[in-house]
Amino acid sequence: MDFQIAAFLAVDGIANGAIYVLIALGTVLIFSVTRVLFVPFGDIAAFSALTLAMIQLGRLPGTVLLLVLLASIALALELVSLARHRKWRAMPWAVLYYGILPTLPALAAWLLLGATLAVGWQMLLALALVLPIAPLLDRIAFRPLADASVLVLLIVSVAVHFAISGLALLFFGPEGFRTEPLTRAMFDIGGIPVGAQTVLMVAAAAAFSGLLYLYFETTISGKALRATASNRVGARIVGIRPGRTGTFAYLLASLLGGVSGLLIGPVTTLYYDSGFLIGLKAFVGAVMGGLTSYPLTALGAVVIGLLESYASFFSSQLKETLVFASLIPILIWRSVSSLQVEEEEEDIS
Amino acid sequence: MSALLEIRDLSVSYGKVEAVRNVSLEIDEGQIVTIIGANGAGKTTMLAALMGLLPSQGRVSYQGRTLDDVDVEDRVAAGLCLVPERRELFADMSVEDNILLGGYTYRHNKALMRESFEIVYDRFPRLRERRRQVVGTLSGGERQMLAIGRALMARPRLLMLDEPSLGLAPLIVREIFRIIASLRDLGVSILLVEQNARAALETADVGYVLETGEFSLSGKASDLLHDPRVAETYLGGHT
Repeated sequence: MDFQIAAFLAVDGIANGAIYVLIALGTVLIFSVTRVLFVPFGDIAAFSALTLAMIQLGRLPGTVLLLVLLASIALALELVSLARHRKWRAMPWAVLYYGILPTLPALAAWLLLGATLAVGWQMLLALALVLPIAPLLDRIAFRPLADASVLVLLIVSVAVHFAISGLALLFFGPEGFRTEPLTRAMFDIGGIPVGAQTVLMVAAAAAFSGLLYLYFETTISGKALRATASNRVGARIVGIRPGRTGTFAYLLASLLGGVSGLLIGPVTTLYYDSGFLIGLKAFVGAVMGGLTSYPLTALGAVVIGLLESYASFFSSQLKETLVFASLIPILIWRSVSSLQVEEEEEDIS
Repeated sequence: MSALLEIRDLSVSYGKVEAVRNVSLEIDEGQIVTIIGANGAGKTTMLAALMGLLPSQGRVSYQGRTLDDVDVEDRVAAGLCLVPERRELFADMSVEDNILLGGYTYRHNKALMRESFEIVYDRFPRLRERRRQVVGTLSGGERQMLAIGRALMARPRLLMLDEPSLGLAPLIVREIFRIIASLRDLGVSILLVEQNARAALETADVGYVLETGEFSLSGKASDLLHDPRVAETYLGGHT
């Protein structure tokens, strides 16, 4: 392998890594705030790409039906729960948040069916259609189990993934899709050809990571999310509702997942079940951050992207194996380094 | 005038085990009331139930309104605040952020936020010095101050303190009790739960003794301090 090939693989790996960064950050965000390891998160990314593909083909994306379905179930659950606690005054808000807001993008998609839209608007519509899915799934599947153990939540999460990818097969069919690229421009950096799409992926990952950091550090709602992740009881006794911050975490993470889907759509052929593998690889990156540290998670995701890229050069059959096998050294390293943290904590208290 | 907090026949159970049985208690505006008792008497359970963190039976009314169907977050907004035994701070965040989040229920009122920050920092100059530090680096006493400061930031009318002296050095304990007594000036009523019976009774107006989930004694704190039954069990036998 000469320098030229190594550099080419590095560019490819960083582009993949940028996608994994967005998805891994979303995974950590949801996990730390809600304790749910949200397995269908990769599906959310695939959904946004496939929804965009449908819009570009001039078909009504199945996501519309999914949104209406999920919103009706979530609204019914919420109304029953409010009625049981005799909170009649909260009902109009429930109708707004669970009934009207999530179905607005669906209505827009239906009205705009067949209209010719600029690519930017198509992407925005696809993103808007994907954003409410995870918060609604949270209300339906996870909120009633808020006090369950992490393991129970994980099992439910796997079940939700199978349900969602089954629905994806129904809505999008078994064939793969590619979306229209935003740009086909190529740059030449030191003799290495770099696609503008690659630059876009890396820039988006950097921009969203930066925005996430600013949000957590400077806004009170970002700090409330961190507080919920840090100590749920502590958050409740200052008046932060973990359920509500959870919904917000799902929305924010969906934005990251949706954007990453829009970015890979033009460079990879995506199928109804492609999201799972993407999510799983991002998860390996997130494990490197111990599912708590955002900077380490981002670093881990880039490492996974690079590893995958080089592994596919040496042995394309073993590339997935190599990526997932890397979990073992990562876990050993994590357990060695977190052991010290636990000892420190004991010292203090 | 009706009491700020009125508890009638409160019971709390874990499954079939009743940890608190039919206790009744009243707290008037501006009063410091203490509940003393040994480990496992049900003190923490009782406070968790009053905060809405645990389900309970019986009647609890706060400011004349029943607390049935009022969740934890709405109780905080109404000025009913808890400083829990385990403090439950946000360990990986700064001192200032912890205090800031104490004011979460009125987060859009920036002027009130600034005013409350001053109140907290004036009471706890040490917290002002350490405001950029991460909670993990604070000493036990500083953490307790931060827990009280965060609760004060919520602008409580009734502050419930669970074992504020637990695990602290005697000098710090004295300091904490001095601060608790001084909270009266802010118009805050206090429900203080303590194992350190002497310090608690010296600070409070009214005291209750909780034994295996029931009140065995109650009365003016100064009377309880000289009551032989209290002295024998909780004050080490001599007054």
